[in-house]
Amino acid sequence: MTSTLLYTILSLSLLGGLLAVVLYLIAQKFKVQEDPRIDQVLEVLPGANCGGCGYAGCRAFAENFVKNPDNPDFFCPVGGNDVMKKAAAVLGRDVQEQIPKLAVLRCNGSCDVRPVLNTYDGSPNCAVAADLYGGETGCSYGCLGLGDCVDACTFDAIHINPQTGLPEVVEDKCTSCGACVKACPRNILELRPKGPKSRRIYVACANKDKGAVTRKVCSVGCIGCQLCVKACPFEAITFADNLAYIDPAKCRLCRKCVAVCPTGCILEINFPPKKQVTNNE
Amino acid sequence: MDKLLISPAPHLHSKDSTRRIMRDVIIALMPSVLVSVYFAGLSALLVLVVSVAGCVLLEHLIARYLMKKKTTISDLSAVVTGILLALNLPVSSPWWMVLIGCIVAIGIAKMTFGGLGHNLFNPALVARVFLLISFPVQMTNWTVSNSIFRPDTWELPKGLLGAQGQLLDASSGATPLGIIKEGLANGMTMETLSQQHDFSYWHMLFGHIDGSMGEASVLAILAGLFYLLIRKVIRPVIPLSIVITVALFSGILWLTDPSQYADPIFHLLTGGLLLGAVFMATDYTTSPMSPLGMIIFGVGIGAVTMVIRIWGAYPEGVSFAILFMNALVPLLNKIKPFPYQKEVSRG
Amino acid sequence: MSKTFSIGGIHPKDSKFSRDKSIEEFPFPKRVVISMNQHLGMPAVPVVKKGDVVKTGQLIAEPAGFVSAPVHASVSGTVADVAPYPDFLGKKVLSVVIDTDGDEWMETIDRSPEIKHEITATPKEIFKIISDSGIVGLGGAAFPTHVKLTPLEGMKPEYLILNGAECEPYLTSDYRLMIEHAQEILIGGEMMRRVLGDVAGIIGIEENKPKAIELMKRLTANYLQWKVVPLKKRYPQGGEKQLIDAVLGRKVPSFSLPISTGAVVQNVGTAYAVYEAVQKHKPLITNVLSVSSSDTSIQKNYRFRIGTPIREFLSAAGAMDKEGNLSRSFCKVVNGGPMMGKPVSNLEGPVMKSTSGFVLFTEKETKRQEPGECIRCSKCFQACPMRLQPYLLYQLALAGRTEELDENRVFDCIECGCCLYSCPAHIPLLDQIRLAKNVSLKNKRKK
Repeated sequence: MTSTLLYTILSLSLLGGLLAVVLYLIAQKFKVQEDPRIDQVLEVLPGANCGGCGYAGCRAFAENFVKNPDNPDFFCPVGGNDVMKKAAAVLGRDVQEQIPKLAVLRCNGSCDVRPVLNTYDGSPNCAVAADLYGGETGCSYGCLGLGDCVDACTFDAIHINPQTGLPEVVEDKCTSCGACVKACPRNILELRPKGPKSRRIYVACANKDKGAVTRKVCSVGCIGCQLCVKACPFEAITFADNLAYIDPAKCRLCRKCVAVCPTGCILEINFPPKKQVTNNE
Repeated sequence: MDKLLISPAPHLHSKDSTRRIMRDVIIALMPSVLVSVYFAGLSALLVLVVSVAGCVLLEHLIARYLMKKKTTISDLSAVVTGILLALNLPVSSPWWMVLIGCIVAIGIAKMTFGGLGHNLFNPALVARVFLLISFPVQMTNWTVSNSIFRPDTWELPKGLLGAQGQLLDASSGATPLGIIKEGLANGMTMETLSQQHDFSYWHMLFGHIDGSMGEASVLAILAGLFYLLIRKVIRPVIPLSIVITVALFSGILWLTDPSQYADPIFHLLTGGLLLGAVFMATDYTTSPMSPLGMIIFGVGIGAVTMVIRIWGAYPEGVSFAILFMNALVPLLNKIKPFPYQKEVSRG
Repeated sequence: MSKTFSIGGIHPKDSKFSRDKSIEEFPFPKRVVISMNQHLGMPAVPVVKKGDVVKTGQLIAEPAGFVSAPVHASVSGTVADVAPYPDFLGKKVLSVVIDTDGDEWMETIDRSPEIKHEITATPKEIFKIISDSGIVGLGGAAFPTHVKLTPLEGMKPEYLILNGAECEPYLTSDYRLMIEHAQEILIGGEMMRRVLGDVAGIIGIEENKPKAIELMKRLTANYLQWKVVPLKKRYPQGGEKQLIDAVLGRKVPSFSLPISTGAVVQNVGTAYAVYEAVQKHKPLITNVLSVSSSDTSIQKNYRFRIGTPIREFLSAAGAMDKEGNLSRSFCKVVNGGPMMGKPVSNLEGPVMKSTSGFVLFTEKETKRQEPGECIRCSKCFQACPMRLQPYLLYQLALAGRTEELDENRVFDCIECGCCLYSCPAHIPLLDQIRLAKNVSLKNKRKK
């Protein structure tokens, strides 16, 4: 009995040892020579593999970044400037700080301002509904509210508000990876700079119909009056196809356009409420 | 109605639904259920009730509280699994064993994979095999209780009668296949075995033989098959492939040496082959989707069943054969169906 | 012996409740909105402007290239506007709007009801007339007919098949045309047959229309080149590829036109329009549509003028209540048949050249059920007439795997709806496959 046991232990140990040596030799012989800095950069990356940087995963980003670190287009939206600094430090370099962005919905047509004209009964996907027709409301440019953007987000940063029927972006979680922008079939989600103190101003409308038509289908749509264009002291607002657009690069958040807009389609986010100016004369 | 309803085409739908299909399967299983309750009485009813209730309750609990989604018991698939599990167990199965079977069938074989439509293996068979390996004694104990449904004058199967013709309380391994396996291993020939035991086909058709609850009456299973075919729930491809393969395999062997091998009809009528071929192998989720895949699937099951029956350790191989082929189904589904047309122009 | 196509298909109830309603002349409306997008191909270019006075049958838009067709005024009156107007789905399309004033037809059009049997025009003349009359495929696709009758390089037509299958449930416009104008259809078909080079002519009719089969058989007895082929009642028997498969046994390869099998398919309505154009010099300004539902009192067949708002037909058929909403618990209006038709969201939208009918549904008949899990039953695969694997295409479409979708021939999908119809779990298969197919075709066109 003991001899069997002895033989078993000996033979299995020998076999195990032999195989271990063989595996080690093979691992050494067929080892892929890789720049060790790739792994170091990979360490500092967030590891979300979201594709927001434009590469297929964090590893692909690390490989390409190590190859040409001078390219200013490299930016990890999830990690932001902190992670980029650390990654560049691995290579002994500096990076340009990029402006943090987040996703913004260019539509404010909730159910109370945008009347519903029919009932959609198809597959609850924005892409399917957009392919079929103009939508449940009269505005064929606006948000469909079926949540393709919510499905696309891997950071749980966008949800449909059940009262308004529109998606809302959670500021702290949004990494501006751009997945929701790609998913939206109406192209009304846009990545805009977060702004100081998370403040931003934008035209929450994408309707390209003439003002009278727009007004009929939504009371907060852009009617193309161009008062905002005239009011902006920095020439940040352009007007095309009956629709105003604020260029985020030029906008200085002075709020003059918001004050003159007759329909209230220009939204100002995270600003303190304006003091009421009383005119006694 | 003031608001128009808008949806993409098509705007009509057939009356088919998952629940309807499951309902048809339950109806098709009723003959087998009724036969087993008739012959075996209250024990059979107990096994059935525990099995169905256990499966349904378990699926409801797992879906609601573990997976945190809407309950799925309304599609009746848990009821089908429950009935099939019961039909795969001996009449004398203790209730706790049936319950363990339910946990394995629903909890492990179905819900861990993702629920209906996602499981790789047939849940009822996984449970049966699990119980067979864990509780071999109880699983091969074919006690027949005194049934209030069975009249006294009914002729009892010979296998249950002792030397003086008295009714034995229990007999293990007394299925026809078991008898043959043991007998042939002990050097007896088929002739002596058939003289000693009752291998009447008549009895096999009507359910006088021992075995698990569902394999007893072949006629009941055939009635179910007929119903499923006319309701277009299953296609005849899989059952036919299995039956033809088994018939050919056993037929060739029998022709070479009738004293060592049982004839094809014996093999077809025993061991739950038909129960497996009609109800277990044809389960949508665990069978291939293309006709060619189905044929390969059926042939494989038939071949493996025969191999286990003739040369394997167990007298019965259908359960293992089906589970084995279930594992190959994803590969079989990769077979592209015959193309509708050539890729290049005619001429 | 009825023929049929070889794979897939489903058997919905044919519900041809309006089959015995003879065609009524629908009165022309006060205003017509004639879209420039009446056909597949380039939209027509308007040649009239606001304020112009036009007569019925006058040219109002020219074709914009070869794969295009002219458009003619369906009423007489004054052009009120030439601007984008919403169609039945709310999408804005450039249209010519005419305020009706009387019904003055162009003098060139022969309005006599007698059937003109003798064909004096040469094939070349017939072709030109078809092209100038704005005739497009009236089976629903609205492909310009003269393009279909122009053989491509290296492809020789052998058969002209007239499609009288009308496999969609509820619709009976083609059937009524065959019953009431069989002779004209045959003459029109004969003209097209000559244009194609004296090919063999076949008329395919589903066997649920025995009167039409009998009538056509009787008429074609005098035409040696024509024969009538009865078809089994099955959906989608009227699909071009399925029709060619059933009648000739030939299968159209992927990415090829049906002409590559030697067959040219035309709807019986198109043949009727050809007759009217050549023998009566009447351009395509009218067509026949059905209004149907499961309610036996809402059944009509109308001969309409293009550009009439949809609402007028529904009103006349009795489907609207006093407030202008759908009555009798109807909740959906489908433009076309229930399997492939598009839903109507804008009742002011106008009817087009190829509109075949409107079907009204109640919520019980048409509301979609909550989708469940795929149980891998392969009923969708069994039903697909193009031998595709809808369960697989659906998963690939959801995951956006475009290469594998192409490998699995998603572009062969004819969007018949058999898969979604058969799925026991009510999975919206066709919705996603259709999307994926559009993306695939867009990408292929870019290359």
